[in-house]
Amino acid sequence: MTVEEPQGSILTTSVEKMVQWARRSAIWPVTFGLACCAIEMMAMAAGRYDVARFGAEVFRGSPRQSDLMIVAGRLSRKMAPVLRRIYDQMPEPKWVISMGACASCGGVFDNYAIVQGVDQIVPVDVFVPGCPPRPEALIYGIVQLQRKIDQQRMSA
Amino acid sequence: METPGQIPFDAQVLDLVRAVVPAGAIEPAPAVDMPTAYVAREHMLVVCQTLRDHSALQFAFLVEITAADYHPAAPRFELVYHLACLGEAFAQPTGAAVPRRLRLKVRVPDNDLGEQDLPWAHSLTPLWPAANWLEREVFDLFGVAFTGHPDLRRILTPDDWTGHPLRKDYPVQVRKDAASWSPMELTVEEFTANVRAARAASAAAARPRADQPVPTGIDKD
Repeated sequence: MTVEEPQGSILTTSVEKMVQWARRSAIWPVTFGLACCAIEMMAMAAGRYDVARFGAEVFRGSPRQSDLMIVAGRLSRKMAPVLRRIYDQMPEPKWVISMGACASCGGVFDNYAIVQGVDQIVPVDVFVPGCPPRPEALIYGIVQLQRKIDQQRMSA
Repeated sequence: METPGQIPFDAQVLDLVRAVVPAGAIEPAPAVDMPTAYVAREHMLVVCQTLRDHSALQFAFLVEITAADYHPAAPRFELVYHLACLGEAFAQPTGAAVPRRLRLKVRVPDNDLGEQDLPWAHSLTPLWPAANWLEREVFDLFGVAFTGHPDLRRILTPDDWTGHPLRKDYPVQVRKDAASWSPMELTVEEFTANVRAARAASAAAARPRADQPVPTGIDKD
């Protein structure tokens, strides 16, 4: 009895590994900027820093097509319900990066108008410090998020 | 009584306005950057209407409304109005091609409360529709109620906010949870009607009309 050799290339893996790879390799952020951090976020997406190297350059105009919300800037109390509504419109699985000091803790805006940390509104996966963070720092945050996605198990 | 560096109020403007309005309604005020005058609160409307409609004045453009809180001094609030004259009747004496500008101030005491138990002033919305949102902003942040305003709601802070943040006795930080939910301002029926109307409008705009030639690309001329 002879075993027939399979033709072509074969790769064996688990479904879980495959899904993790797919999810982390194509993180699509929602186009959503609140303040000056958004300028650095745009710089990160543009040619010089080129986050396309990490598969996260496709900023979507609709939350329905997005995996990642980068909260780039200070969140005012009046804006908070809007941010939450956009987050709720994103399909699962979804992640949140809190970019910069203002989004993470209110930053210099310790006043009545600004939410002192967006983790009061949405669950945050990665906090990126800085005022504003340089594009490299935000890319580092995205890489950290990719490592986190890689460790997410499909079955609890 | 002028000190160097101060801008005097134009005597011609003052005379033209005073000929119409009650005595004491407008008084020149010291200023370093722009001709400025105090206007009595009860005569706000007639002074502004004169400035807007008089054929030799034509201050038809309401540029800005803001306020200042001089707590604990009295009168506590001052409203600040900026007007500009874009008309031809009152060209700059220097011939410069910039509009003539004017600043009016209205003192608002806080011991004379009107609507909603707030200090009050007359709304200028009957004269300038542009005053609508500007007065809402002053109402929101300083708590001055404008009588005669058609829609005096908050505009910058959330609708359920308490207090007026730019008052001097307002705390800098308010320790309370941020709201993560706000009610829809449209019903489902209104929303679908809006979407249908927008689609119909864009379809009508895209359809070539019979009485217009179909564009054929770049003009060769």
